[in-house]
Amino acid sequence: MTEINVRVDGVAYADAVEPRTLLVHYLREQLGKVGTVVGCDTSNCGACTVHLDGEAVKSCTVLAVQADGCEVTTIEGIAPQGSLHPMQKAFHEMHGLQCGFCTPGMIMASIDLVNDNPNPTDDEVREGIEGNLCRCTGYQNIVRAVQQAAAEMSGGAPTSSETLGAQS
Amino acid sequence: MTMVDEPTGTQAPEKEVGKARRRKEDARLITGKTTWTDNMSLPGMLHIAVVRSPVAHARISNVDVSAAKAAPGVIEVYTGRDFAEEQGSLPCAWPVTPDMVNPGHPSIAVDSVNHVGEAVALIVARSKVAAQDAVELVDIDYDVLPPVLRMEEAVKDGADLVHDELSSNTSYHFVFDAGDAGLGGNTDQAFADAEVVVSRRFVNQRLIPAFMEPRSCVVSPQGDNYTMWSSTQIPHILRVMLAMVTGVPEHKLRIIAPDVGGGFGGKLQVNPEEVLALLVARRLGKPVKWTETRSESLMTAHHGRDQIQFIDIAADREGNVKGLKVRLLADMGAYLRLITPGVPALGAFMFPAIYKFPAYHFECDGVFTNKVPTDAYRGAGRPEATFAVERIMDELAVELGMDPLELRRKNWIQAQEFPFTTIAGLEYDSGDYEQATQQALQLIGYDELRAEQRQRRESGDPVQLGIGFSTFTEMCGLAPSRVLGSLAFGAGGWEHASIRMLPTGKVEVVTGSTPHGQGHETAWSQLVADELGVPFEDVEVLHGDTSISSRGLDTYGSRSLVVGGTAVVKAAEKVVAKARKIAAHLLEASEDDLEFTGGKFSVRGTPGTGLGIQEIALAIFAAHNYPEGIEPSIDADATFDPVNFSFPHGTHICAMEVDTETGMVKIRKYASVDDIGKIVNPLIVEGQIHGGLAQGIAQALYEEAVYDDDGNLTTGTFVDYLVPAASDLPHFDTGNTVHEAPGNPIGAKGVGEAGCIASTPAVVNAALDAVRHLGVTDIQMPLTPERVWRAIHQGGDGGERATAGTIAWGGASTETTTGVSTDASSLGGDR
Amino acid sequence: MIPAAFAYARPTTIDEALQAVADGGEDVKIMAGGQSLIPVMRLRLAAPETVVDLTRVAEMRGVREEGDAIVIGAMTTHSDVLSDPLIAQWAPLIADATETVADRQVRHRGTFGGALAHADPAGDLPAVALALDAEFVIAGLNGRRTVGAAEFFVDYLTTALEEGELLVEIRVPKLQGTWGMHYEKFNRVAQAWSIVAVAAAVRREGGVIAEARIGLTNMGPVPLRASGVEAALAGAEATAEAIAAAADRAAEGTSPSSDLNAQADYRQHLVTVLTRRAVTAAAGL
Repeated sequence: MTEINVRVDGVAYADAVEPRTLLVHYLREQLGKVGTVVGCDTSNCGACTVHLDGEAVKSCTVLAVQADGCEVTTIEGIAPQGSLHPMQKAFHEMHGLQCGFCTPGMIMASIDLVNDNPNPTDDEVREGIEGNLCRCTGYQNIVRAVQQAAAEMSGGAPTSSETLGAQS
Repeated sequence: MTMVDEPTGTQAPEKEVGKARRRKEDARLITGKTTWTDNMSLPGMLHIAVVRSPVAHARISNVDVSAAKAAPGVIEVYTGRDFAEEQGSLPCAWPVTPDMVNPGHPSIAVDSVNHVGEAVALIVARSKVAAQDAVELVDIDYDVLPPVLRMEEAVKDGADLVHDELSSNTSYHFVFDAGDAGLGGNTDQAFADAEVVVSRRFVNQRLIPAFMEPRSCVVSPQGDNYTMWSSTQIPHILRVMLAMVTGVPEHKLRIIAPDVGGGFGGKLQVNPEEVLALLVARRLGKPVKWTETRSESLMTAHHGRDQIQFIDIAADREGNVKGLKVRLLADMGAYLRLITPGVPALGAFMFPAIYKFPAYHFECDGVFTNKVPTDAYRGAGRPEATFAVERIMDELAVELGMDPLELRRKNWIQAQEFPFTTIAGLEYDSGDYEQATQQALQLIGYDELRAEQRQRRESGDPVQLGIGFSTFTEMCGLAPSRVLGSLAFGAGGWEHASIRMLPTGKVEVVTGSTPHGQGHETAWSQLVADELGVPFEDVEVLHGDTSISSRGLDTYGSRSLVVGGTAVVKAAEKVVAKARKIAAHLLEASEDDLEFTGGKFSVRGTPGTGLGIQEIALAIFAAHNYPEGIEPSIDADATFDPVNFSFPHGTHICAMEVDTETGMVKIRKYASVDDIGKIVNPLIVEGQIHGGLAQGIAQALYEEAVYDDDGNLTTGTFVDYLVPAASDLPHFDTGNTVHEAPGNPIGAKGVGEAGCIASTPAVVNAALDAVRHLGVTDIQMPLTPERVWRAIHQGGDGGERATAGTIAWGGASTETTTGVSTDASSLGGDR
Repeated sequence: MIPAAFAYARPTTIDEALQAVADGGEDVKIMAGGQSLIPVMRLRLAAPETVVDLTRVAEMRGVREEGDAIVIGAMTTHSDVLSDPLIAQWAPLIADATETVADRQVRHRGTFGGALAHADPAGDLPAVALALDAEFVIAGLNGRRTVGAAEFFVDYLTTALEEGELLVEIRVPKLQGTWGMHYEKFNRVAQAWSIVAVAAAVRREGGVIAEARIGLTNMGPVPLRASGVEAALAGAEATAEAIAAAADRAAEGTSPSSDLNAQADYRQHLVTVLTRRAVTAAAGL
């Protein structure tokens, strides 16, 4: 067992973990942060995406011991209780989810993308979330959602060329 | 069409149905406040890991579990012998012919294994890690038998057998002949008389549903009662089946499907692990959990499609179709699961599609192989049929030198001919194929694309452009119970709903149609808000728990709104009827003088009077004053059994670029116009279409479950089983026409599978249209760049792919038999 | 899946790391970004007894200028490579290829040196390093040595790194003159490894290609230089015809594998097309 000190969603934890414990299993099983899920075992699906010191990572491909001394943000920590992050709001508004299993990871990856690129084009969004698989939506409404959230996060008006639900 | 804005005024009661309501479900899903089965943790809960067969076909000669039993944290290790007497057989509910051969399907192998990944031992341990670690300690000796992998060889005389106690690898031979059924002419005669006959062999490849949430189940025993949480589409069916398989009485079993992360037919199953978890919980008296890894999921959750299709079409020189003949080899895999045999047989009724064939003959052989069983996957029977018929229509058009759309138009059912009984005996309800087609042509900008195609051909551009059509229909709203009975299906097709009026006026709607991502909570709320005149927000939809929703047949086959939604509407009508009696009593008026609008009963011609249905709910809760002779309740339930299927249709058009130098294909534009009847929530409808398109396009371009010559699944991780990401899919231009379904009061036809059924042939037809002038007549799915390149430069259909997994991570993907120890399982693989 | 149990060391200096590797015995794995290693361990295709995690070795991170070369720390992450001004100035080919590696989450963790030391034939960076004549600085308990790219990649997943050694940095010579560069990657879906890819760097003098360097990804167990193409391009006119003729030689001396995505003969065809495209783009045509 190895001692780690880690802040998760603003709360400091000191825990003992086996070195082989994956960050996602630490979050889910030791901290009860079950909002972050596991969808694959080859780091393809991105469902487990969290922010590690502000950058999106796949928490199934990071060891919990590697988060020692770090700040982890999960889907449960991006907005104060009772309010929504603009990205969460946009996924709801634009119907960017169906079963919702990929959604926490998709939202965390999308926030990371918009942090780097505040005004992504359609193609830039598609490439920016290439590490996250969704089986339900066909992605089109996710693209809309990310663009709407990007506009809100940068304080501007929505730049999406598409109107929600206008089945053009 | 454009969606309506959120409500602004309160004057005239605005209809909820038709509004782009944002989903109620989202609140928990976007914040991580979900209840996936794997989130569940119970005091003292034990964890199950499954030891799986690394070989496709073998006798088990010895199992040594002693080392695993002694491993730290391990409570118990079970083999097939331990459950041989009580595990029964996994159920198959669809004996499609009276003499169908079903070898039975043990949940855990006892004497022999018949596909890679079959369960051979169970580890039960205090932690997931301990269970996983002990998997590698189980030592099993296999006497390997030759694997049966290719259907065309498996059906030959003298072929190796999957089940050596059977006389062949054929499970059933299903025949539908329209002539014999009195629905059409003699098919052989039609072909003999025809001026033109086109015959093709198509491969509809094996696919994996690949829902995002891996399967999981938790069982909690309380005395002789058991509660199971499972990531399932079918809690109600699962309950009945588990009771029948294990002997645990049905009333002692409670099944809960909490939040379920997608299914697409892949969770329409009674899984071996569900049976085993129940047996282990019963044996140990302890709560247990099993959650699969992705590799286990790809390897052992049922697969879909996998047909070899021989299809012949007859026509005259003018392009009037004269007959259709279909012979299928359908890969069952090693066993028959819940509806394995029925999936291809269901297709029998869809091959004639929207065309007026005067003669039709269908045959299907269900064939055993040493692969994981196939079963429902989005569309289940209909995508296969649609693919074959839409492909052969293009081939016939080429043969006749006709425009493919002109050929279709010449033969499809005209708008004024509805309702129309097809050669397969289905009565198509409503629609207008021409209207949908015209709209789709406009959406995609057809004339400009054809002009560009000509220009690229003339200039010999290395990138060629093609346009492909799919003018499809499908059968939804599964299903009329009597029809299912005539097809020997083991259950009915009705659906149940109940409505509970709470004292404060809030409404609980209980539905038997269990969602796993579709948005029932939102759509049902819209239906009930309109029917009862209560605010959308005042409705709560309950589902997925057999203790709460006691009757139901769950979600598949685009049935939820059409059948389940109708049950909700019918229950609401009963609530109103019961409330009307109370209202008449309280308003001291005759029932006949009451009108009900906007949630209020009022006496006709007496303005100012009125009693809201929500007030009545409180009044009847108190029950101080109500009419003699009735019960003090306005709650109601309803069971709806449709008399016919519903038949969505549409026209899908794909424009495809083909790089003739590399074989890479890229969708330039995709337009679809679907007629799914009345649209309850345009937002949800559009989402369902998008998602269906993604999966149908993925079949055409990316996905295939590939087995090597030993029967190992080489597409065993997402590295090699290519589920497309956002950057791999195009933008979709979607539209609708609306011809309401006459068979249900909502007028809805069903939308869940439309995009998936329609898109695959449109994409393949488009690719072929791009390179047809280069001599290409077919390309096997998925259209890998290699296959496209070979078809262009070497002829044929692109041929078979190499079966070795990619070398990523040192051959990781070729050895992803998780839970399976193999000699080659070491970094570096066996390349 | 969960990896099998292992002992874990997290050194903070190169010396500590070398010691930890030495102490780890025979079955020790060095973990850089872990983006390939952790999945392999999760699938239990690898089960090392000891993992030496380099993520806290600060001196192995970053890019610096050193005379006629830029020096990239082995533990520099892909995303740091992408935003580095020295790489943008002197070796844009590296950024071009790095951008195609996996996805943004993986690029936040995965490292330049880790990808090279892993030497996956389908990995994108080895061919780039080879095309740029990069030098690999290897540290051992007995000191440092430098190995050229051509000698570094020995075989499938095998490099010149001996037991107990660490790849600490990669020296990329600054190319003199006017160079154009391009990485042409071919794969079926966004996330996938390269089926084939071509790294091209081209120096033009007016209408003539003075010099070309071509690295090939996934055309054999190790990255290859397309020396036939390079020879044909040297001094050739910068025209589509000349480039196409030269690119036709791209498959010479290659021995690609056959797998789900492509069989060997198709790869050998593909490489000629991709080489033509890569050189054309690099030459600014």
